[in-house]
Amino acid sequence: MSTINTQSTTSNTSQTSSGDQSIIHSAGEVFIESPRGLSARNVSCWFGEKKVLEGVNLVMRPLEVTALIGPSGCGKSTFLRTLNRMHELVPGASLAGEIQLNGDDIYRGAMPLTEVRRHIGMVFQKPNPFPAMTIAENVLSGLRLSGLKVDRHERDDILETSLKRAGLWKEVKDRLGEPGRALSGGQQQRLCIARSLAVKPQVLLMDEPCSALDPSSTRRIEETVQELSDTITIVIVTHNMQQAQRVSKFCAFFLAEENQPGRIVEADLTAKIFTTPRDERTNAYVSGHFG
Amino acid sequence: MIPTQEQTESVVPEERIEIAVRRDVPDRIYRGVATAAGFTTLALMALIGGFLLFRGASALRKAGFSFLTTEMWAPDQGGDFGIGAVLPYTIQISLVALFIAVPISIATALFITQYAPTRIRRPLTSLVDLLAAIPSLIYGLWGLFYLQPRLITVGKWMGDNLGWIPLFKASGPAPHSIGQFAASTFVAGVVVSLMVIPLCTSVMREVFAQAPMGEQEAALALGGTKWGVIRDVVLPFGRGGIIGGAMLGLGRALGETIAVTLIISPMFVRQFSIMEQGSNSIAALIALKFSESNANGISALMAAGLALFLLTLLVNAIASVIVGKGRSGAQTEI
Amino acid sequence: MSEIVEERIKPRRFNPDEVATVALSFATALASTWLLLYVLLPFDGALGFWLITYIVFIAVVLINSRRRFGKIASQDLVAKVVVWSSALLVLVPLVLVVFYVIGKGYHALRPRFFTEDQRYVGALSDATEGGGAHAIIGTLQQVGLAAMISIPLGVLSAVYLNEVKGRFAGLLRTLTDAMSAVPSIVAGLFIYASWILALGQQQSGFAGALALSVLFLPTVTRTAEVVLRLVPGGLREASLALGGTDWRTTSTVVLPTSRSGLATAVILGIARVIGETAPLILTVGGAFVVNTNPFGGKQDALPFFVFRLVRFPQEAQIQRAWTGALVLLILVLVLFVTARMLGGRGPDHISKFKRKRLQKKGLA
Repeated sequence: MSTINTQSTTSNTSQTSSGDQSIIHSAGEVFIESPRGLSARNVSCWFGEKKVLEGVNLVMRPLEVTALIGPSGCGKSTFLRTLNRMHELVPGASLAGEIQLNGDDIYRGAMPLTEVRRHIGMVFQKPNPFPAMTIAENVLSGLRLSGLKVDRHERDDILETSLKRAGLWKEVKDRLGEPGRALSGGQQQRLCIARSLAVKPQVLLMDEPCSALDPSSTRRIEETVQELSDTITIVIVTHNMQQAQRVSKFCAFFLAEENQPGRIVEADLTAKIFTTPRDERTNAYVSGHFG
Repeated sequence: MIPTQEQTESVVPEERIEIAVRRDVPDRIYRGVATAAGFTTLALMALIGGFLLFRGASALRKAGFSFLTTEMWAPDQGGDFGIGAVLPYTIQISLVALFIAVPISIATALFITQYAPTRIRRPLTSLVDLLAAIPSLIYGLWGLFYLQPRLITVGKWMGDNLGWIPLFKASGPAPHSIGQFAASTFVAGVVVSLMVIPLCTSVMREVFAQAPMGEQEAALALGGTKWGVIRDVVLPFGRGGIIGGAMLGLGRALGETIAVTLIISPMFVRQFSIMEQGSNSIAALIALKFSESNANGISALMAAGLALFLLTLLVNAIASVIVGKGRSGAQTEI
Repeated sequence: MSEIVEERIKPRRFNPDEVATVALSFATALASTWLLLYVLLPFDGALGFWLITYIVFIAVVLINSRRRFGKIASQDLVAKVVVWSSALLVLVPLVLVVFYVIGKGYHALRPRFFTEDQRYVGALSDATEGGGAHAIIGTLQQVGLAAMISIPLGVLSAVYLNEVKGRFAGLLRTLTDAMSAVPSIVAGLFIYASWILALGQQQSGFAGALALSVLFLPTVTRTAEVVLRLVPGGLREASLALGGTDWRTTSTVVLPTSRSGLATAVILGIARVIGETAPLILTVGGAFVVNTNPFGGKQDALPFFVFRLVRFPQEAQIQRAWTGALVLLILVLVLFVTARMLGGRGPDHISKFKRKRLQKKGLA
């Protein structure tokens, strides 16, 4: 299995067709021992005694975009929130299994909770800049929240690069002192991306980041996501199948059968999921028969 | 093509339907009665102000502006009278109460909304409400018999060791006798704080509970601790609620009567120290002097009551403006 | 896959490391305060001791945790300790007050407290002599009358603010808020100035009831309005769409839906008004004997009874005051618990009474 991993780091379109066969050994079970990137092994989730997710195995490869797709209520957002320990914020929530960042268990390991969340950033469905802060303060808020001390020069540097990487620098460089809420919806979402980037995370989780935005803002965010994937691992939950096709390299299809917890039906290269899925249900979903 | 079509259409004069509602008799009676009931509030407020002014007019005419500065109370004998000392004492007691109540209320409101396990939040809220339901008479009794003997040791310690601060000054040389610190502004303020805490807590709890979840999660996802979330999201969001809650508490404290009456020994000369025996408040003045006043005295008490009424109205008007100005939860639908 | 027993991770509220740090810091603070106060700086009084211990405790937690967990985690821990301890602190007076009043009051509480008045009681009689029946009757009549005035008026005002939504609703809502802040002594003074001085009436139970109404009315209006606002707008539209008039909508849909909420609000309001003392000092006059006519002659009230007697120098009088205070506290607690229990009922709760009525009509 470890051979697959070395292959994947050099993956490109020509190689993947041979690689993906070995990644997947059966539907719903995709797992590679990966020292880098984010991996989930046998993850199940509960809210109280209700099991909402069962036996999820998934490797999110470093410096790639992995999309999580599936109908509403299939557990994909819940799964995303387990990846940076946001799941446990819900009272009564619990989980089982193992999630590793670069080979370290984020739940049982030595890394403190706040460090986990700093290394694995998150962008939410609706843009949520801090209203009491200016644009600049918003970008730098993560430094303040996680207690990172930087000097003035470094701070300005972080501010500029984060905004540039989020594709917002040009639009806001002359109005950094305005409140974050003064921006349009799409700009606010890119501000939230810049805010996440400022603490230099290794992974960025995105929970339907475009669902509250108009089509042109959506397009901008998608471009940003693609540019970012050169330097950061991205996991994105989306309802929009065109979006999954446009931005992601890998794709996992979640489904919850009636009165059953959600499971991964199929995980593979995005190209393959959308053209030649192996599972009947995947085919039905991607061709728009339900969900 | 399409624009011209629209134009031609809009040339036609539109006849709007006048929406006329014909209500049946019971409906009209219902609306009339409800409206009348709604206006009793207005009528009552005007009557309260009017009657106090009318009854206090003779005293106010006699004393003039010196009513606000005179430090004595002898209207019955035709002597001078004024709230020159009583009003500052009233404010001092309220400020002591706020100084204690506001930090504790903020912390309690944060506890209920942010720290407490979900299932004990409702019972906790009920307990805070119960704290508000206990009559001020009972707080006063408890303060007089239980709390005062314990509080004056603190007062004495402050007077002995921190007496160089004017606020804690005790007359005479140290060591002071313990009795010198009874019936003080400080003791009254502590007891009043017990009545202010539930009010402040419930205002602040409501505001903190509306702090948008999305922003709180964003702060956590950036690696923030719970305190980080509170400092950067919850407290900035709740600033209006904190100030407004404190102002409402101030209004409550200014008007508190029975607990203060039971505890203080009335003084009509100003003193700055809050630890030293002797204090006063407008409400306590009215409660204590009422039964022993003649017509002149009653008129003077009415004038004092008017001053208290106007003061609490002012404080509450400011409070409602501040609370109303705060960012309402309705704007953020996260 | 699912046959394997899964080891569930549940988030922990307390980190053992943090708990240990806090416990250790508390012990350090206790010891050092003891040393400071009893050995170096003599100071008696338990209250001061705990005050200083607490300040030292917070400082020690700050120092210890900063060393062990770093700045950010240490701030978080200190905030947690301060918030937890403040919330506990708020409950301390509640418990102390209740138990103190019980402890002071129960000695002299005899059944005759509810049946006798102070007719044959002198300042030096034994504390168990006589009773507070006259005060209890007075309080019940005054609060009852105040409720009869304020509840219909308050609910109607709330209906005006929330259902009729007249042009002046905004102004009146602000005024209601302002009125709920009128100091209780001012309410008494107002009734004295108007009812007694201007209209030439005597001090009586009814005058007391009027003063209580001034305080009670805005409370009922405000809480009732909150309750009415909880009724979903869809219900109103459904009623109107069935051809209901405004009056029918309010009386058959809105008010019944919010019935349990209204009951809770009203009872909580009564619990608050029953202990009011200040307005009664000026209006009821006070009495030692039973007067069952609230409209004629002076009456006593339980809080006024307590307030007068506690300022006597005689032990027996003070003891009687405590007995009265205990009875008052019990009344308040009973009302409070009743209100909370009613509050738990949903709008679909059908009372025994209503079920009987339905059976009579052949609908159940």
